[in-house]
Amino acid sequence: MRLTRQPPATPEAAKEMEEKIRLTEITISLVLRIGVSVSVLVFIAGIVVMFVHHPSYASFSGSISYHGLTSGTTQFPHSFSALVTSLSKGQGRGIIVLGTMLLILTPILRVAVAIVSFSIEKDPAMTLVTIFVMAVLILSFLLAGL
Amino acid sequence: MTPLDFVISLGLISIVAGVLGSLIGLGGGVVIVPVLTLLYHVDIRLAIGASIVSVIATSSGAAAAYVREKMTNLRAGMFLEIATTTGAVSGAYLTTLLPTRFLFILFGVVLAYSAVATFQRRRTAAPLTVSHDRIANVLELHGEYYDEAEKREISYKVTGTKLGLFMMYIAGLVSALLGIGSGALKVPAMDLAMHLPMKVSTATSNFMIGVTAAASAGVYFTRGQIDPIISAPVAIGVLIGATVGSKVLGKITSHAVRIIFVVVLVVISLEMLQRGFF
Repeated sequence: MRLTRQPPATPEAAKEMEEKIRLTEITISLVLRIGVSVSVLVFIAGIVVMFVHHPSYASFSGSISYHGLTSGTTQFPHSFSALVTSLSKGQGRGIIVLGTMLLILTPILRVAVAIVSFSIEKDPAMTLVTIFVMAVLILSFLLAGL
Repeated sequence: MTPLDFVISLGLISIVAGVLGSLIGLGGGVVIVPVLTLLYHVDIRLAIGASIVSVIATSSGAAAAYVREKMTNLRAGMFLEIATTTGAVSGAYLTTLLPTRFLFILFGVVLAYSAVATFQRRRTAAPLTVSHDRIANVLELHGEYYDEAEKREISYKVTGTKLGLFMMYIAGLVSALLGIGSGALKVPAMDLAMHLPMKVSTATSNFMIGVTAAASAGVYFTRGQIDPIISAPVAIGVLIGATVGSKVLGKITSHAVRIIFVVVLVVISLEMLQRGFF
């Protein structure tokens, strides 16, 4: 099996290859931009909902301290089922955790897009490289029990 | 301090973390962890979880611009991710086997050495014009980018892929073990071992740290280390900062990037040694 990319035979083919590579770069850039923008919107929504549900949190000089929300015993969703429960109750913290998941998914989606792009470019070596990275990522989530 | 004060002040500090992290390819964790533990007295486990979120935010926030401007070497980055993700997965399960204090000291020494070596390379950092590295040639890892500060196209060859891969594996391993951004070892691996230009090294490190962090994010999530009231302001602030930082990198000189990187590396090295000895 050939691992290297087929060298372009004509100047037209070389130009076409360059355009494909450029398209890969633009697609990956776009995926990252969309992932980041969507998660920011979800994060903002989550913060707003949290402060609406807990008006006492939303003052600049109240007696309520943030410490209760950032200690080792603070309760927040850390499994899929807890996340679903929290979201169904319309809790702000659930919405923020959803935003975090979208943020974590963004680089993974970027790897998936690269697999497709490299196989369209007919670049077997880089396609195998990105499939391997994807497999390790999936393994990491399976091992974490997700 | 009320929860509102906490969210606003942490969000503003995170903007600074995002700018710095995106410039030198380290992610925002360098700033976020000490700020959360020392200034806000947040539980260290939650601070490390927030650091993972900030690393992913810096990476994705700045990489969108770096990839489009060819500042990131996409092929080299993806190739090296083989080693960083494998390292991150193995590290997440070695945590309980190795004494953390010893690791902090070892890593502090390694970083101090990297800082000196990176600083010394400032005069010999001309890009390579030929490479006999078989892997780099077969996978076409060489590249070029337009340097806004020098106002010219810079093309470079890549070498030392095997040593680079090894260092990347260690980078992934320690990032999972110690919960620190793996960029601190990624940039020296690309700069010293593989001879990528400094700006390409930090932009490519920035591109890679998101995937490395994603490979250990699952564990941090299920262990309950990703606290929403911390992660929301950190993510939003860092994303804003990274967007600003990605516009700055092109304009400043490679020399300036190298000096900022070395200074931050010395600070992290001292932080690691302090955590190991005390």
